[in-house]
Amino acid sequence: MAHRGRSSAGGLEGSRLILREPLVLIVILGIFYLLLVFVVLPIADVVVKSVLVKGRFTLKNYIDVFSKGYLIAPFFNSILLGFSTACTGTLMGFVFAFAVTRTSLPGKRFFRQIATFPIVSPPFVVALAAILLFGRAGILTSYVEAVVGSYSIYGLGGLVLVETIAYGPLAFLVLVGVLQAIDPALEEAAMDLGASRARVFATVTLPLSVPGIAAAWLLVFIESIADFGNPMVLSGNFSVLSVQAYLQITGAFNLSTGATLAMLLLLPTALAYVVQKYLVSRRSYVTITGRPSSAVLRNLDWYVKLPVYGLTYLFTAVIFLFYGMVVWGSLQKLWGVDATLTLRNYAQVLRAGGRYITDSIVLAGIAAPISGILAMILAYLIVRKRFVGRRVMEFVSMLTFAVPGTVVGIGYILAFNQRTAVFPFVLTGTGAIIVALLVFRYMPAGIQSAVAALQQIDASIEEASADLGAASVTTFWKVTLPMIAPAFFSALVYSFVKAMTAISAIIFVVSGSWNLITVAILGYVDNSQYAQAAAMSLLLIGIILVALGVIQLFVNRVGRGARVASILGR
Amino acid sequence: MTHGYLALNRLTKEYRSGKSLVRAVDSIDLEVNEGELVTLLGPSGCGKTTTLRMISGFQTPTSGDIYIDGEKMNWVPPNKRPTAMVFQNYALFPHLSVFDNIAYGLRVRHESREVINRKVQDVMSLVGLSGLEKRAPGELSGGQQQRVSLGRSLVMEPKVLLLDEPLSNLDAKLRISMRMEIRKLQQRVGITTVYVTHDQEEAMTLSDRVVIMFDGRIQQVGSPREIYARPTSRFVAGFIGKANFLESRVDEVRGDRVAVGVAGQKLEISAAGREYAAGDRVLILLRPESVTIGRPATGHIPGTIAESVYLGSQVLYGVRVGDQIISVEEADPEEREIFAVGESVAIQLRAGNLHLLPFEEEHS
Repeated sequence: MAHRGRSSAGGLEGSRLILREPLVLIVILGIFYLLLVFVVLPIADVVVKSVLVKGRFTLKNYIDVFSKGYLIAPFFNSILLGFSTACTGTLMGFVFAFAVTRTSLPGKRFFRQIATFPIVSPPFVVALAAILLFGRAGILTSYVEAVVGSYSIYGLGGLVLVETIAYGPLAFLVLVGVLQAIDPALEEAAMDLGASRARVFATVTLPLSVPGIAAAWLLVFIESIADFGNPMVLSGNFSVLSVQAYLQITGAFNLSTGATLAMLLLLPTALAYVVQKYLVSRRSYVTITGRPSSAVLRNLDWYVKLPVYGLTYLFTAVIFLFYGMVVWGSLQKLWGVDATLTLRNYAQVLRAGGRYITDSIVLAGIAAPISGILAMILAYLIVRKRFVGRRVMEFVSMLTFAVPGTVVGIGYILAFNQRTAVFPFVLTGTGAIIVALLVFRYMPAGIQSAVAALQQIDASIEEASADLGAASVTTFWKVTLPMIAPAFFSALVYSFVKAMTAISAIIFVVSGSWNLITVAILGYVDNSQYAQAAAMSLLLIGIILVALGVIQLFVNRVGRGARVASILGR
Repeated sequence: MTHGYLALNRLTKEYRSGKSLVRAVDSIDLEVNEGELVTLLGPSGCGKTTTLRMISGFQTPTSGDIYIDGEKMNWVPPNKRPTAMVFQNYALFPHLSVFDNIAYGLRVRHESREVINRKVQDVMSLVGLSGLEKRAPGELSGGQQQRVSLGRSLVMEPKVLLLDEPLSNLDAKLRISMRMEIRKLQQRVGITTVYVTHDQEEAMTLSDRVVIMFDGRIQQVGSPREIYARPTSRFVAGFIGKANFLESRVDEVRGDRVAVGVAGQKLEISAAGREYAAGDRVLILLRPESVTIGRPATGHIPGTIAESVYLGSQVLYGVRVGDQIISVEEADPEEREIFAVGESVAIQLRAGNLHLLPFEEEHS
């Protein structure tokens, strides 16, 4: 019909309706408050810290940073690293995505699994593997040296290699979606009109995937620049912003300089995010229908197959090599000295690091469900309710997605180490600050998937609930949440995995009383206890896989997911 | 105060579309009696769905009032209104079984388990779904989903039942049987009903009264027969059924009958309660089925066959008279002579079958 309710219900009218439901109003105000305290204020505090000295506005900190070579070099290094990784990561993602969607590569499902594996593991595990492989006592070091001469894995080259493996899979996920959404009929049409396969690729496939490639590039760029774990382990003399900011704060106790460096880190990522969100995504030609195309261009010529298959196998081999190396390393009696195979490292890690493991599980276990539920509520309000400030709520709730962990972490220590009028509690040193950080940092992904799910569901189903007498809160619990259960569970999984593997922001808020596995691994690496680091990393991956299994079992038991999906389309 | 069980008073809905202000519903008045089934009929964009959504509470009026059983409803939220709606796409809860779908509203109302069981069972047998309690909506056919949706609304025993194009997703055959069933059900339960549709046949079969809407305004309210036989405007006449319009002027007014000249013929037509004066421009509404064609004869209007389509049960003709093509439907062709394109014929009009309207330009 011409005027379906949603579009015509203006903000004012919606707001008046909200006033009729005090409970919804309270929830909206409560969420605004939470977003203010846990998202806006911490970031604002970093900004303020960087421009305020002794209560007065000044650019002194920035002038300091720009005039000291050892402080400004990290800025250019980070950009260089981000740029390089974005290029190699996107290339890797595209080759994989092309192989999976457009060729008859045998074992596609397998390659899909492989490509997504690095996402489940903490990113800096790859850096650890790089040290085991190519470091000073690395098992491949002598062979590589025989070919290229003296080299060091520590620095730009090693970081690009490691981050490509860690973040290329993100590009893959974006590009698989894009390539799947391109109707093969377009490529067939071009071929039907006489174009060769190479020409079809150059004139149809590639141009149609350009917005997707740009999006993937920017995503990897953001992740790479914001990465803390890999550079912390592997940067050597190649100093980057995230590590330098951390060292300024924890080593030199210089909060102002740390905040200023964090601001410099925020600049390129925010820019990339804005370009991604407002320029690239607008230019997309393909509408994601969620209906993967089935047709494939088979019988490709050798000059296509050779590089695509070759690179796919190469990347796969590298991923296997790196993760296999972590397993191998974890079983060594003493890395580089005594290669006797033993389970001693696991025993030792469990004994010495048991607290880290339980703390991690407890904190992630508390944060993930809160984050998931909050994300569902936010998505419901954003998609289904009309009220003044809705856009602001949407923007702010997605903000932490674009803000590097380092900025968030510094923001949290600045914001919660004293009582304020807005939030009269000190959280520094508590478990609550860690939970809060995890909840709000990993909520945006849940919001996104729930928003997408809700947009697929006709609003009339919820209207039917209201029509039958249910208030908005009842409708949310009894109708909306069950329908978007798949989105909730994926949000739950995402926040849990991210919470377990988090490092860049969390490193600022951990304390003696609460600690995390990732911090422990970093400590082992710092002490060159690589075997223990490897054992702990594998335990972490094991815990995550078990948790995923448990959630999957629960989803199967609830068992409505498939049925929900089947009739949503009508 | 108003007298209708459901009453709309100068109900208006405006909204902004870019810079312009769109008046989706423009000051409509309507009273629906208890137990009556009224359809809102009109082309898409006429404001019928917006009106229904204002009655259900999903949209709030810009101005004007809504009363149900004497109570003002304007600011009562949808979940507090004594209305129940059957949605165009049924809007069944995909995660709940048929039974739970129907029981949903009763549970929200905190009815006891026994009451819920009894009422849901009653309604399920009423709408012919007994035995399908445990099914998920996705496992039902379109017609069965429709029944669940209807049952889910009826079980609430609402004061007013609202239906938003409920049959538009069904195939043609099912649509016809379902509309008969809805009418029977409505009469048996005796529930006050507002039914939105753009299908005139549906409106004619179902309704006690039909409300024709166009451009946010009510064009005419009346029984199906009144609407068809005595439309008050060119729009209504053209919207309901097929219509030929002949332009003419009033020659003379004699009491409640008006003399007009058509193609050299003098006809005396009922004024149908309207005032006319000699010299007024008028339109004569000529339904295709009330025209007969014969061999050329004196006293009839001469014409030529421009189009002839044989449909088995009837023949459709286009007859050129002057510069106008007049559509004619003749039933039972085997009993009659069938004319071919190009043949000269004569059209016979009977004053009793004609309806007079004040002149208006054709809608673009």
